[in-house]
Amino acid sequence: MAEEKHHITSYKTYLLVLVALIIFTLLSVTITQIELSRWATVAALLIAGIKSTFVLLVFMHLKFDLRIFRVMVGLIISLLVVVIFITMLDFLFR
Amino acid sequence: MSNVHRDDIGSKLGMWLFIFTEILLFGGLFITYAVYRYLHPEAFHLASQELDVPIGTINTIILLISSATIAMSITAIQQKKKKLTLWLIASTIVLAAIFLINKYFEWGAKFEHGIFPGSEYLDSLGYGDVLFFGLYFFMTGLHAFHIIIGMAVLGFMFYYVKIDRLTFDNFQLLENGGLYWHLVDLIWIFLFPLFYLIA
Amino acid sequence: MSENKQHDAQKSYLEETGGRKGIFKWILSTDHKRIGLLYLYSIMSWFFIGVTLGVLMKLELIAPGITIMGAQSYNATFTVHGVIMIFLIVIPGLPAVFGNFMLPIQIGAKDVAFPKLNLLSWYIYIAGSILVVSSLFAGGGPPDTGWTFYAPYSFKTGTNMLPAVLGAFVLGFSSILTGLNFLVTIHRLRAPGMTWLKMPVFPWTLYGTAWIQLLATPIVGITLLMVIGERIFNIGFFDPAKGGDPILYQHLFWIYSHPAVYIMILPAMGAISEIIPTFARKTIFGYRAIIVSTLAIAFVGYFVWGHHMFTSGMSGTALFTFSILTFIVAIPSAIKVFNWVSTMHQGSISADVPFLWAASFIFVFMIGGLTGLILGALAVNVHVHDTAFVVGHFHFIVFGGTGFAFFGALHYWFPKIYGRMYDRAWAKTGWIIFFIGFITLYGPMFYLGIRGMPRRYFDYLPDYHGPNIISSLGALVMVTGFVIIVINLFKSARSGEKAEMNPWGGTNLEWRIPSPPPLENFDEIPTIDKATYKYD
Repeated sequence: MAEEKHHITSYKTYLLVLVALIIFTLLSVTITQIELSRWATVAALLIAGIKSTFVLLVFMHLKFDLRIFRVMVGLIISLLVVVIFITMLDFLFR
Repeated sequence: MSNVHRDDIGSKLGMWLFIFTEILLFGGLFITYAVYRYLHPEAFHLASQELDVPIGTINTIILLISSATIAMSITAIQQKKKKLTLWLIASTIVLAAIFLINKYFEWGAKFEHGIFPGSEYLDSLGYGDVLFFGLYFFMTGLHAFHIIIGMAVLGFMFYYVKIDRLTFDNFQLLENGGLYWHLVDLIWIFLFPLFYLIA
Repeated sequence: MSENKQHDAQKSYLEETGGRKGIFKWILSTDHKRIGLLYLYSIMSWFFIGVTLGVLMKLELIAPGITIMGAQSYNATFTVHGVIMIFLIVIPGLPAVFGNFMLPIQIGAKDVAFPKLNLLSWYIYIAGSILVVSSLFAGGGPPDTGWTFYAPYSFKTGTNMLPAVLGAFVLGFSSILTGLNFLVTIHRLRAPGMTWLKMPVFPWTLYGTAWIQLLATPIVGITLLMVIGERIFNIGFFDPAKGGDPILYQHLFWIYSHPAVYIMILPAMGAISEIIPTFARKTIFGYRAIIVSTLAIAFVGYFVWGHHMFTSGMSGTALFTFSILTFIVAIPSAIKVFNWVSTMHQGSISADVPFLWAASFIFVFMIGGLTGLILGALAVNVHVHDTAFVVGHFHFIVFGGTGFAFFGALHYWFPKIYGRMYDRAWAKTGWIIFFIGFITLYGPMFYLGIRGMPRRYFDYLPDYHGPNIISSLGALVMVTGFVIIVINLFKSARSGEKAEMNPWGGTNLEWRIPSPPPLENFDEIPTIDKATYKYD
């Protein structure tokens, strides 16, 4: 348990990520306002996925942290996806 | 013995594990959403048009900014800038309050139109609408509850920084509070498109 | 770390009061050992209520027709029996009692990672328990939905659902926090040299359990919250009249409640894996296989929830998937049984009390496991679903599994916990009576179930009378054994002869410190240099 050197993220990085997040938000709003019907939702969710990756990696410091945290977060999210998938097996084929 | 040895990584691990339970907690609701969305695609589509996209967008941006300010406060405390740290934490709390005020007016408008769980008007609209708004109120309500908790947590952090219990070489609690706040943001990132942007 | 003074180490945790008096030296202490005992005493108290309700049910079923209670009282009795036994006793059972007491000692730590949080978990547990038990006595009559709280009945019935559901929700929090605490403890506080693959099996099973506690409990939490929302705000999530789907409730409920079965059984398997090598005087067979199978059970067990819903109208695809996954989860369970039996093979076995419990555990667990496969097969399940067969299977696994392991662990670690030895002759007498009673009580249920006797009915056709009499008599025998066991342990804890440091000849860390352990467990944090369970 040696004292780990803490990574200090610069204000600039945070601001850049924030700008990116806001642009993505506006993008998803724009995409869903024009008629693309079924793909619009998919795109909006995809963008939400990208945004959350940014938040996880930079704001929540996963990028600079111990590997075990990244592994755990990845596993937990996959778990949730698998559970939703298995539940949908019932409703999709009923 | 806990005073003798401080384990920052252990503390952070504990916070992450707690965040996992929160993700799964909302996960149960996301499962419910997926099922009912699948069963009533048209009604969800129409009901979503009742929601106010501009307010939703503004609230999303407010939460994103608050997430950035709390993240910056950790940089500030590491650079021993106490004043800036306090300022950043305070602005996070203020932004959270603005989010809640917006939410209040948004909910209030729905209530005025007779749209709330169990109302006669809502029940007359059909299955899909009942479920959509049931989920809308339940999920955004639970999310708002997390915002309130988060504000309280950050309030404590503000106090701890102020009395120098958290300093440049001992700021794990602030980082944990920040992690919690980002979680609240993370959940909203998904709630926003799922409710506002499927019209 | 070695700044403790010599005389501190001599004082046991039971004598070290931290300057508090009376009950406060218990309910304010953050010592993991005292908290473990707090759980033990509270769980035992609720267990008496649970057992009483169970005996009342068996007395009702001793003859057809109304014997001592009618339909409504019977519904309430099995509901509260289930809620108490599941949420108050078997789920916290082994992890909260022996996990708390033994986990830090077995990995060479002075306490869990967050001692205050640990005490808080106990308070939350007590708050939840009181809510659940109060549902028995408050206004509208005890809840009558069964422990599963199936919607839509759970928000339509006029009985005291709110305290029961809220209680289960609160208990979930306690369970989550305990799991979180254990995970951080295992990750961060293992003694120097104790690599993951030198860790004893009991902490390993607690590790698997803790992950399930952490990841499954929130789902039932939100589900119960939704039921509360249904009752108070009339939202309509699970109300068919408003478009809700009751089967979705079943999905959400079982996404937690099936993994919950593994919360119950994994630490039980861990305790058995501690007992068997000690009494066979042999290194455990296939240590790695046991670890892998533990994690496999925890992982696959998360995805088999649908086998509780085979007759509820799921799609064929879902039925098929859940049935296959159910069969898969049987494999790691069987691996464990083979490991235990191989450990005993050619060992020099001393059939002392803990070993008797462990051996009988394997016996009843196998019956429970194999009948589980019968239930997991789709076609047969349709025949025996919701019959006494399920009740038999369930009790063989949960009571025969977790319960036997709990008593085994209690007899195994008792001398360490209290520093005193119990009367072994009485303990053996209690065990044999309990064991015979157990088989007589739950054995006939398989027969009754296959013959078609439904569960959760206060009445039955005269054809079923014979086996029901046997079963009810078995209940009385088992309770007799239980009383003998408890009295023996209770007396011995106060006045048994002093136990030595290592009465069984175990190899793990808990047997290298005094009985009862000193407040901080170790004078000096030990360094581990060899594999666990090594008999030279």
